[in-house]
Amino acid sequence: MAAPAAPATAGRIALRHRLADRGMDRTLLLLVPAVVFIVALFIYPFVYGLQLSFQPQPGSETVQRYGSGPFADYHAFFADSYLRNTIWTTLKLSLPAGLFNVIASVPIAYRMRGKFRGKRTITTILVVPITLGTVLTAEGLLAFMGPTGWLNRLLIDVGIVDHPVRFTHNYWGVLFSLIISGFPFAFLLTLSYLSGIDPTLERAAATLGAGWWQRFRFITLPLLAPGLAITFCLTFVLAFSVFPSAVMVGDPSGTTRVISIAAFHAAFEQYDYSMASAIAMIMGAVELIVVGLVLGWRASLYRGASGGKG
Amino acid sequence: MSAAIATERKGLALRPGAWLVWGAVVFFLLILAGVVGAVVVDSFGTRWFSGWLPSGWTSRWYGKTWHEFDLGNVLVVTLEVAVAVVVVSLVVGVPAAYALARRTFPGKRVLMVAFMLPILIPPITYGVPLATVLYKFHLAGKLSGVILANLVPAVPFVILVMTPFIEQIDPKIESAARMCGARTRVIFTRILGPLLIPGMLAAAVLILVRTVGMFELTFLTAGSDSQTLVVALYYSVSAAGIRAQQEIDAMAVIYTLFMLVLLVVALRFVNPTQLVTQIKERD
Repeated sequence: MAAPAAPATAGRIALRHRLADRGMDRTLLLLVPAVVFIVALFIYPFVYGLQLSFQPQPGSETVQRYGSGPFADYHAFFADSYLRNTIWTTLKLSLPAGLFNVIASVPIAYRMRGKFRGKRTITTILVVPITLGTVLTAEGLLAFMGPTGWLNRLLIDVGIVDHPVRFTHNYWGVLFSLIISGFPFAFLLTLSYLSGIDPTLERAAATLGAGWWQRFRFITLPLLAPGLAITFCLTFVLAFSVFPSAVMVGDPSGTTRVISIAAFHAAFEQYDYSMASAIAMIMGAVELIVVGLVLGWRASLYRGASGGKG
Repeated sequence: MSAAIATERKGLALRPGAWLVWGAVVFFLLILAGVVGAVVVDSFGTRWFSGWLPSGWTSRWYGKTWHEFDLGNVLVVTLEVAVAVVVVSLVVGVPAAYALARRTFPGKRVLMVAFMLPILIPPITYGVPLATVLYKFHLAGKLSGVILANLVPAVPFVILVMTPFIEQIDPKIESAARMCGARTRVIFTRILGPLLIPGMLAAAVLILVRTVGMFELTFLTAGSDSQTLVVALYYSVSAAGIRAQQEIDAMAVIYTLFMLVLLVVALRFVNPTQLVTQIKERD
């Protein structure tokens, strides 16, 4: 018995050594809790939701109208213009908000990239709206930009308008809230990308006689572009999932009925979890398409040394 | 002195671009001050229908909102959720970050992508299926469900923050300790532990702030007695009309103060540009 056992042990040790050579040893056991966690609370719900979205809920409106085939919920979503239009409503809010945040932060960050007194104060103040979150921003916008708020009062007293301008409970209110909570984030990211660009490159261009516009257009901007693509993606993702502000300062049944409201409505007001999962999947797909397009464009850009670390 | 000021003025006057940029910054900060200021002023006013300021001042709204919304309880729930999320996410995340920082193994890239997805996908997208699963197992609507849901972005965040932090600790220190006869457990408690504390503190504070501010996941999974402050605020706003606007604003001010205290504590440990480099590493 002892003779056959010896090679087996040797084989086991060899396997263990072979695995250790590739970095597989007992240290990897430390990963187990995190892997179990991510599988149980992220991957399983996601797969469950995906599978649920192909099984229309019996007795739901979808089944009565479009049958119980696997794609009935998706069919229902795209056939109903009230649901289908939520995609455009969301894109109409999140694309301008993302673009504005990125484009506005470029000149400001360009001006502030050097060292000056009070820079730390300004960056600290700009972190505040990130921590306040959308709920408080929306509440503040209602008070500040409402019909009797300070902004309308100022506009009337100065004589720019005769009647209060409607800033809240419409498209603009939501856009403002997205800019207030998204701009500081985009600005801080752009600033850190800009400070990663070697300033001597611009000076070299200046000695060759390039004006500030040429220096910005042909030196800084190409190096900054990959970083801007990432910044855009992150602010876009934040704006795309807008939910509380679309309800609070928006017009949740009309012009700002974004896709997350539709998903929430299906899940917790109609209790049609299949439809809600289908909407969540469509939401994820649309978002990943936009992010994929931007990242695809980014892949075609120069990303070498002294770039904005993008 | 006056000559220096004059040249400085001239320098500024020569650049309309600089004025435009600084004007935009001041404009943004003014709007920000207006948004926060309007809420604070209203919460202390007796009545404010017209005019620049309320007709009188009072602090009774704070007492009223505290009792009517049972804010003491809400604050306790908020802290319970936040502390539980911080502790569990550190216990689960730090060992994983250690393994990811020290070993390269087949499938590591796939694992990294799986850990990054909950941060890149917006909460509502995975929150709806997650809430469905939690309701299926009768966990949603309770404190445990809220904690579990909030852990989903928190654990990847710990891994994201801690992996580069552990990478920059020299592995020779561990080898030296091992050579001196330290066992694995001793290495973790006596050698790595103290070295990791600054990183763990930074991660803990950031998660605390994120969890207190996290609306979507808590909103999708909370029941009536497991609401956090931000969800209670949302409900009070969307059910406005029953209660005085000032009460809601008082609640918003309490929330702001709560966040501000956390922020001040956070900024003692983390610097805001560090926040950005951490975000940058998501790429």
